[in-house]
Amino acid sequence: MHRFTFHRFWAIVLKEFIQMKRDRVTFGMMVGIPLMQLMLFGFAINSDPKHLPTAIRAADQGPFTRSFVEALRQSDYFKLVRETDSEAEAARLLQLGEVQFVINIPPDFSRRLLRGERPTVLIEADATDPAASGPALAAARSLAAGILDRDLTGPLARLRSRAGPVDFEIHAHYNPENITQYNVVPGLMGVVLTMTMVVITALAITRERERGTMENLLATPVRPFEVMAGKILPYIAVGYIQVTLILLAARLIFDVPMVGNLVLIYAVALVFIAANLAMGITFSTLAQNQLQAVQMAFFFFLPSILLSGFMFPFRGMPEWAQWIGACLPNTHFLRIVRGILLKGSGVSDILPELWPLLLFLAVAMTVGVKRYRQTLD
Amino acid sequence: MSSDPAADLVIDVAGITKRFGDKTVVNAIDLQVRRGEIYGFLGPNGSGKTTFIRMLCGLLTPDAGSGTCIGCDVRTQQAEIKRNVGYMTQRFSYYEDLTIRENLDFICRIYDVPDRAAAVRRSLERLGLEKRSHQLAGQLSGGWKQRLALAACLIHSPRLLLLDEPTAGVDPKARRDFWDEIHGLAADGLTVLITTHYMDEAERCDRLAYIAYGNLLARGTLDEVIARAGLSTWTVAGPDLRGLAAALRGRPGVEQVVAFGNTLHVSGRDAANLRAAIDAVRDPRHEWAQAEPGLEDVFISMMDEAKDNFR
Repeated sequence: MHRFTFHRFWAIVLKEFIQMKRDRVTFGMMVGIPLMQLMLFGFAINSDPKHLPTAIRAADQGPFTRSFVEALRQSDYFKLVRETDSEAEAARLLQLGEVQFVINIPPDFSRRLLRGERPTVLIEADATDPAASGPALAAARSLAAGILDRDLTGPLARLRSRAGPVDFEIHAHYNPENITQYNVVPGLMGVVLTMTMVVITALAITRERERGTMENLLATPVRPFEVMAGKILPYIAVGYIQVTLILLAARLIFDVPMVGNLVLIYAVALVFIAANLAMGITFSTLAQNQLQAVQMAFFFFLPSILLSGFMFPFRGMPEWAQWIGACLPNTHFLRIVRGILLKGSGVSDILPELWPLLLFLAVAMTVGVKRYRQTLD
Repeated sequence: MSSDPAADLVIDVAGITKRFGDKTVVNAIDLQVRRGEIYGFLGPNGSGKTTFIRMLCGLLTPDAGSGTCIGCDVRTQQAEIKRNVGYMTQRFSYYEDLTIRENLDFICRIYDVPDRAAAVRRSLERLGLEKRSHQLAGQLSGGWKQRLALAACLIHSPRLLLLDEPTAGVDPKARRDFWDEIHGLAADGLTVLITTHYMDEAERCDRLAYIAYGNLLARGTLDEVIARAGLSTWTVAGPDLRGLAAALRGRPGVEQVVAFGNTLHVSGRDAANLRAAIDAVRDPRHEWAQAEPGLEDVFISMMDEAKDNFR
């Protein structure tokens, strides 16, 4: 008698689909948000910035200086925009942010070089944003070793840099060219789904309460689980549209490699979408109105984007932050998606990340159903 | 019809109590409603009418008391009750972004009504809304929304109809049509419990109950309620009624002085004291006559008394 019945569940599903169809703005947002995020994150964000504005203050105009500057330019990290002789002007450029680096070549550069005295070139960096200056500085360090080897010919060959006692051989797996999009675009799938799915169900139930339709629904024989499941199913379809959009963009626009099994992606996405929808429903049982529901969803969204490893390296965070991150479904979903797409992970590889997702889904759904029961009493 | 009177009770509850925090909203109410009866439920705003109805239809569980609604226990068989009761909420609570037909179809699916398409068609025909069935419910006027809500809570052929202020904000013509419909349904054997603030509607009920501050103060037929209240009422006509009203108010025995057009209605429960008070202000220019107390006089008198006793 108190069992789940299909006709009641289906009644809710159909109603939600009709309401979704009528609410064009919300539906447009469901499709628009992933596209917008793809454009923003996919095209605009680059964690390996190049062509950074650089000023040169060369007190020595010899041929070695010219070769040195040319080599820096060739590295792609530095774009020479100014030349100056004044230390004050160089400082001002850095202060104003017109250049990211000032490269100071000392007056006796060529002379000391020829004498084998290892002259020092001072690179001043605007290091307010370590992410912006870091890669270029790392490149400069490695350039210093062999930068002038080509010019040091004949008797000067003795000045060439000698190899260190140990050689590193580095194999950068899965993303050898360090292309940001390979990391960001698959990660976006979790971010977009978290952003939209939590809000949509949080609103779907508070809206019923605000409009007074909830009282009617509760007065019918429909069971809490039928309402929850019936409200979740249509949005799983929406979530799948988003997943498909992102996968298509990853493939066609960003050329992200897809080593693994796409069916597995869709299967895991089902769990992840349901987990977020259940979270939204739990929020909706706590919120008094739609505004509060959106605010709660936002509280969930912020750590999901900041502590999940999407924006910043997970292992770089302090341990307490990693613990919070580990409780968020997005953290695990990100690893699974990146694993499947870039590393070709199979079912057994993703199990350690899959069970936290299932656990989260079970807890959110239970809390949601429990709290939904109490809404009128 | 069954010969056993108990089997004919659609609602039979005793001692029903509901508290929210330390506030007792419904205090030990007993109520019996017979099959095919139109039972009027009256009382001031916030008197606990809605809470009581919600306990009858399985939306709330009583804190104390017991009983049956359509033969099912109000504490344990709420699922059965929900299947066989039609509940029309105070506020329109169908989906404004669904069409009339979609709303009816949704309710049919929820209740698993057999032959859904035919049920929806019958309902639309009865409403006279076949041509507008694709209109969004949110675009309907108040009167039509109310008719749609009634049609929707009848679609699963309930045995009991609970109507919570169904005619609030509806024009007189639509109200009259609505009541004709209710009487037609009751004639077919449906039991109706209806809350209202309108005295003319109360007079159209078979029996009445009056509730204030969670307590049931009176019940019975219209005549019984009026007779039991023991209220004496006089009417007076003549010049300077306003001055007369001021002179009467506050005298012992005078409980209500109400102006009705060119007459004053003066009432009180203590007939002798009331008589004495009237004699004290009597003036030959005024025409006094003893009258039947109206339902409104009775209810206002009860409310004042309840205020003294329970607040």
